[in-house]
Amino acid sequence: MSQLRSKHLLGIKDLNAEDIGLIFETADNFKDVINRPIKKVPSLRDITIANVFFENSTRTRLSFELAEKRLSADVINFSSSSSSVKKGETLLDTVNNILAMKVDMIVMRHASPGAPHFLSKHIDANIVNAGDGTHEHPTQALLDTYSIRESHGDVSGKKVVIVGDILHSRVALSNIFALQKLGAEVMVCGPPTLIPKFISGLGIKVSHHVKEALAWCDIANILRIQLERQQIKYFPSLREYSLYYGVDKALLDSLGKEITIMHPGPINRGVEISSDVADSEHSIILNQVENGVAIRMAILYLLAAKKA
Amino acid sequence: MQRRLLFDSHHLDITIKRLCQQLVENHDSFENTVLLGMQPRGVFFADRIAKELKSKVSNEIKLGRLDTTFYRDDFRRRDAPLKPNATEVDFIIEDKKVILIDDVLFTGRSVRAAMDAMIAFGRPAKVELLVLIDRMYSRDIPVEATYTGMQVNTIETQKILVEIMEQDRAEDKIWIIDNESVA
Repeated sequence: MSQLRSKHLLGIKDLNAEDIGLIFETADNFKDVINRPIKKVPSLRDITIANVFFENSTRTRLSFELAEKRLSADVINFSSSSSSVKKGETLLDTVNNILAMKVDMIVMRHASPGAPHFLSKHIDANIVNAGDGTHEHPTQALLDTYSIRESHGDVSGKKVVIVGDILHSRVALSNIFALQKLGAEVMVCGPPTLIPKFISGLGIKVSHHVKEALAWCDIANILRIQLERQQIKYFPSLREYSLYYGVDKALLDSLGKEITIMHPGPINRGVEISSDVADSEHSIILNQVENGVAIRMAILYLLAAKKA
Repeated sequence: MQRRLLFDSHHLDITIKRLCQQLVENHDSFENTVLLGMQPRGVFFADRIAKELKSKVSNEIKLGRLDTTFYRDDFRRRDAPLKPNATEVDFIIEDKKVILIDDVLFTGRSVRAAMDAMIAFGRPAKVELLVLIDRMYSRDIPVEATYTGMQVNTIETQKILVEIMEQDRAEDKIWIIDNESVA
């Protein structure tokens, strides 16, 4: 197989292990490209991509933009804070106006879960979901699992714990889907208030004790507390959260085993992860960022490759 | 389906030896010359040529593998995208004489893409093209080989079938095939 089944990347849920394998193999080639003296290939030279961000983003947006430019695509950027969305324009109208300017692909981040799925039913352009509310963040999950494959050789059979605010995290849900499809064992860990009630229905383990969770795993993916999505108080204070669920060197040393540390960023140093852990030799946080560009190049390339 | 044998192992071996003699004639000690095999099948011939050259030349023969997938001009114009292969060029080609090696020269478009791809590794002093089989009168763009194993006159519906030992075959056989389903 040399192409993806779908013309969109809306979520990991729609992919199978074969699709993910193809994305990884293609990303291997692009990782090689971005480590050359000239980091650019002309593949998407006749493609225009709009990065439509209705929510803030630094890493994902830069990573997408860099991936697009390294593929020689024309890029336009849109952010809702400086747009007519503030004047009451609907999502579909905004996107149709962008498409009227002959745009081929849309990379979209939106606060509402399902926004890219809605859009995919109404427009012809390829859509890449760059995060939809608390639902999915497929490219993050792909770069996370790609980074695990890179550091451990294979994702299958690995034990991965996701620690933190699972309830509000699209990274967690996409990671759970991706890890399961690739044959890893998954556990989530956090305060009971930040773990969705029926999450064990996805076939994963749940723990409320970070030490127990870390002792079980090979890899820990640590998420930040998403205060901006929390309408009510889920725990007494950040300090208390940090004391019970923060990962620091003393905790890792007490386990007597080596664990690979991941974090999708942005990091709140001293809250969910201490500096000595984030910067340690077992941390692959910056590898994740580098792999993010290669993974996004692979996705854009494979989606654009469908015959015009 | 009709087929005609162009090369068997013995004939291929003779041709590769002859091409290497020509290369040595022009590049002497290979001090400033590098070989780039084009993926996917050009790399097998590049390997064989490098091996043969090593027996003739005392200098190290620098050999790389170049994949042109991301540089092709038919992206989005095919039913399915081509699967990329690895590019392995662990030297820079700045001011070097580059010999591009491929199995078959047909429309010339792969060679154009390869020239585009190699620029990522520097500006070569000179580029030459070595092909095992030149399908004459089939070019879409003005590209010609510097060294040719065999020139064949083909029509568009014919295909060159390359079966070589590197692909787990018992012996090398390169055929020209009449593709009846197209004709």
